[in-house]
Amino acid sequence: MNIVVCISNVPDTTTRIKFSEGNASIDTSGIQWVINPWDELSLARALELRDDPASGVKKVTVAHAGPASSEPTIRKALAIGADDAIRVNCNPSDAYYTAGQLAAAIGKEGFDVIICGIESSDFNGSAVGGMISEFIGIPSVSSVSGLNIDTGVPVITREIDGGRESVKVPVPFVAIVQKGIAKEPRIASMRGIMTARTKPIKVHEPVDYDSLTEISGFEKPAPRAACKFIDADDPAKLIELLQNEAKVI
Amino acid sequence: MSVLVYTENWDGKFKKLSWELVSYASSVARMMNMKVIAFTIGKAGEEDMKELGRYGADRILSLVNSNLEVMDNRAHAKAIADLAVKEGSKVIIFSNNMTGKALAPRVSVRLKAGIGSGVSKLPLSIEPFTVYKRAYSGNAFADVVIRSEIKILTLAQNSYEITERPTGAIPETTEAEVDPSLVATTVTETQKQTGKMLLNDAAIVVSGGRGMKSPDNWGPLVELASLLNGATACSRPVSDEGWRPHEEHTGQTGKIIAPDLYLAFGISGATQHLAGVSSSKYIVAINSDKDAPIFESAQYGIVGDAMKVLPKLVDAVKSIKK
Ligand SMILES: Cc1cc2nc3c(=O)[nH]c(=O)nc-3n(C[C@H](O)[C@H](O)[C@H](O)COP(=O)(O)OP(=O)(O)OC[C@H]3O[C@@H](n4cnc5c(N)ncnc54)[C@H](O)[C@@H]3O)c2cc1C
Ligand SMILES: Nc1ncnc2c1ncn2[C@@H]1O[C@H](COP(=O)(O)O)[C@@H](O)[C@H]1O
Repeated sequence: MNIVVCISNVPDTTTRIKFSEGNASIDTSGIQWVINPWDELSLARALELRDDPASGVKKVTVAHAGPASSEPTIRKALAIGADDAIRVNCNPSDAYYTAGQLAAAIGKEGFDVIICGIESSDFNGSAVGGMISEFIGIPSVSSVSGLNIDTGVPVITREIDGGRESVKVPVPFVAIVQKGIAKEPRIASMRGIMTARTKPIKVHEPVDYDSLTEISGFEKPAPRAACKFIDADDPAKLIELLQNEAKVI
Repeated sequence: MSVLVYTENWDGKFKKLSWELVSYASSVARMMNMKVIAFTIGKAGEEDMKELGRYGADRILSLVNSNLEVMDNRAHAKAIADLAVKEGSKVIIFSNNMTGKALAPRVSVRLKAGIGSGVSKLPLSIEPFTVYKRAYSGNAFADVVIRSEIKILTLAQNSYEITERPTGAIPETTEAEVDPSLVATTVTETQKQTGKMLLNDAAIVVSGGRGMKSPDNWGPLVELASLLNGATACSRPVSDEGWRPHEEHTGQTGKIIAPDLYLAFGISGATQHLAGVSSSKYIVAINSDKDAPIFESAQYGIVGDAMKVLPKLVDAVKSIKK
């Protein structure tokens, strides 16, 4: 059994986002690029499964749709422990195009479990995982907070409003994961970093797909009014303001 | 030509979120000179169904088929895409909640329809079709042009005013066509809490961070939340430590919420935390450090010890509720 983890390459969340002139695009100078936090957790879980002989998972691949400049992020995933990688050589212009490229590249390789995160922290699209499953025509399970594999059979926990469910689904399928999938990201070891250099990255050329959306501009959030401070000895004043000024209680 | 809006039902009932969705769909439909069709999957109560007409639904449908009883993304998405084709829908609207995120992408591929996810305003223009959405976890907003003929929008929760536009529409039932082989999901066990205010539904959220010092200090915070008819939340370290249940964790890697009021006790205001709460209408911070970054995002603040301030707030709320 084989798992592929789709990883997107995003600015580190503590980076201050700046825009180019005219707010048409982001200013990429000084940005620290990282593996999308969800994908880092997915990878940690996939590797735990691979390292557990009872799961039946033999190999973990990472897949990324993006230009050669995102290879450091792929190498990082290899250093953390992925066995090999696939990169589709393209500019991920929107979710539909990106998912189409990934589906074409992944679909051919016969993976049993495809793991995607609930969202990329850049455009917060929450779309690529579900789209890949529909492109390939296989089941998907969303809001996955637990993924176990028992000798090749997936046992999934998914969150629902006010609770959770245990669900079963046949392979191949796409798991769209969220909080709970793994406690912590796995850190690359020195040895991992050394061996990552020689692990294979298979490069696929893009297939013909349309983009359906495009970003025409950015805006910074409107600055909030300055904070109004209330004396710590008089919290009743806060309740009065919330009731009569903000009118929220 | 129509605007189609999916109003999910929870055990046959709708929520404030459903009225918000229909109000939004009705405003989009007016901009485009189209009718609004609101639909649910399975059966909802007759009164609840009729209520959808109060917020502007011109037609109200129950989409039924025994193969839609289990939530299976593939089967549900197929039924919705078929309905959209049958009704000539040009815009399909979902909530940006768990269900919307599960279904919208699959419907998108079926119909080759571009998605604007997490939109928080009416479209900025119809030609070209441009929507406004959160990006970079709330650190920016993006204008997204959707070029496909059919457009899919997922609406950020608590971002649109509920507006009444009664139509008097009579609920109808439509049989969906779903091949049983499409249903791949089997549910083997369900655990559900009942009676608890869900974080995503609450208009008021009372939240605690590491500054609360110990799980034993949560009593007055929970009491304050219940007096305000709100829900409780926490920062990530608090749920990692097991002080509070993990479903309370808000932020980039937890729940993203947008209540009317978010009260933060002993939370420093890290970007990853704010990513989950920055769309709140009002943020109130109680923190002993006057330089804590949370005050930059708050409209009201108290510099002080949360443990001392909390009981006084509880008393103050009790006295106004009298
Ligand atoms: C990839 C990634 C994702 C993350 N995702 C999330 C996320 O989703 N959600 C999240 O919350 N965090 C997240 N974090 C962690 C985040 O960076 C912060 O570490 C975290 O939010 C801090 O939690 P806190 O404010 O409770 O604790 P602290 O930062 O320790 O702050 C405690 C605050 O309490 C104040 N305080 C102390 N004593 C008192 C008192 N007696 N009365 C009042 N105030 C007091 C202090 O002044 C301080 O401001 C993430 C981090 C990373 C790297
Ligand atoms: N360019 C990409 N390459 C590989 N995986 C991606 C890419 N973009 C998105 N994904 C996957 O899709 C998930 C959701 O991303 P999004 O739909 O962009 O919010 C991410 O967590 C990744 O698992």
